[in-house]
Amino acid sequence: MRYMLLVYSREQAPAYPESMQQIAEGHRRVMAEAAAKGILEGAEPLRPATTATTIRPQNGKSIVLDGPFAETKEQLAGYYILNCKDLDEAIEWAKKIPTGCGGAEGCIEIRPLLEQPAHLMVQAAHH
Amino acid sequence: MTRNSQAAAESVFREESGRIIATLIRLAGSFDRAEDALQEAFTSALATWPKTGIPTNPAAWLMTTAQRKLIDQGRRERTQREKEDSVRYEIEAFRPATEPELETAMHLPDDRLRLIFTCCHPALNQEGQVALTLRTLGGLSTPEIAKAFLLPEPTLAQRLVRAKRKIQEAHIPYEVPPPERLPERLASVQTVVYLIFNEGYVATAGDQLVRTDLCAEAIRLGRVLRDLMPHESENVALLALMLLHDSRRAARIHNGELITLEEQDRTLWDQTKISEGLALIEQAVRRGPPGPYQIQAAIAALHGEAKTASETDWQQIAALYEKLLELNASPVIALNHAVAIAMSSGLAEGLKHIEQIGASGQLDRYYLYHAARADILRRIGRKKESASAYSKSLELATNKVEQQYLRRRLAEVQNRPQ
Repeated sequence: MRYMLLVYSREQAPAYPESMQQIAEGHRRVMAEAAAKGILEGAEPLRPATTATTIRPQNGKSIVLDGPFAETKEQLAGYYILNCKDLDEAIEWAKKIPTGCGGAEGCIEIRPLLEQPAHLMVQAAHH
Repeated sequence: MTRNSQAAAESVFREESGRIIATLIRLAGSFDRAEDALQEAFTSALATWPKTGIPTNPAAWLMTTAQRKLIDQGRRERTQREKEDSVRYEIEAFRPATEPELETAMHLPDDRLRLIFTCCHPALNQEGQVALTLRTLGGLSTPEIAKAFLLPEPTLAQRLVRAKRKIQEAHIPYEVPPPERLPERLASVQTVVYLIFNEGYVATAGDQLVRTDLCAEAIRLGRVLRDLMPHESENVALLALMLLHDSRRAARIHNGELITLEEQDRTLWDQTKISEGLALIEQAVRRGPPGPYQIQAAIAALHGEAKTASETDWQQIAALYEKLLELNASPVIALNHAVAIAMSSGLAEGLKHIEQIGASGQLDRYYLYHAARADILRRIGRKKESASAYSKSLELATNKVEQQYLRRRLAEVQNRPQ
């Protein structure tokens, strides 16, 4: 089963550039380990929430707004998609991700992907 | 005969449903299917046993019948699915690829272990953990659980649905956690069992202090947990702790009023439970280093062993609370520690501790903080301050019996008849 591990973190840069480096290295380590196990389906960091644009329908039109969907202390900073046996395995991986559990501020939210059977995906592709 | 077999069916159901459902869930890969199958088997038992007589091994009969129902269910669903050729997708968790084979012997290791770890998985909220544990492992019906927690049935039903859906959709595994994750996960199981006990021991709401049914159920679950993992000393200690608390049940209420430990008629204490509790503590001590339950059980034992309130070894109790604080620096434990100090090293010393704890403001909304402070002030003779602390506690208490007690104390320090 595939899980998306959403990485939420505080956006202000850490006081020391070395810790920035350490976090980035931590992510690379997790990615390498997951890739070696063959369960890494994707992982990308995002640009900060200051670059976010929100599109929301209003009165039948789509309005475009500057900024993230929710103003919170912790913002979505990146994601992993991992193919795990079950939630426990996903939790173990989440614990390795540097943000939150790995020392830096923030947290990881684990969400199972709503797996669509292949034939539905194919149908969608043909429309 | 009919009544006999009905009673037999019900008693077997009550005793064995936890074990049976645990295996059915493993075979079916679904809580709902397992529950349906067991329900159908139970209905069959009620229809068949009056005619055929009660089988020699009623639990095995129920298990076999429920497994057949499960297989039938699977077949029906497959046929149905084959008929429907419209596009549909399903989100399934752990459906076995093949038909479950009939299992005549109960599965080893006991499937109830998987069940309890899944029900108490930290990814479920605590309300869901409690409801699901009582429903499946405890074999209580939804209305029974709702009644025990004084909640509307739909609320309880909703909690169960939500918990089961999360297990299914997020793939919470149905297995005993590996050794490296066991301590953390076992702690979560113990918390749920003790939470059920405490909700029974001091009901947070309502006009009854003790909800005996919940205490009994928690002790039953505690026994199951001890039997399943007897080498975990904290399982043994948790059972001891519950028994020792429960031994005082009859003495805690008199004419609908709360009687404090100090004022209880100790001849009403259940000596059978006390001696079982004491023996269990000895076992726990032999099996492992003192964890939080072992220390709490030791404290309860010191109360249980004191023939009169004045013989209580408060010094030892204070020392045990200090140990407990090392493991868990919670303000509630600090409060209990302060009370033990008041009783062993002097009221003034205890009050100093209590006010230090109060300074953090963390216990401002905790009625027992104000009650403990009021109690010491009352003993010292600072009646005015005591009265205002009792009033504060009274505002925060939610249980009617406890409110009644606090009102009595308040009247006492105000020098007026209640």
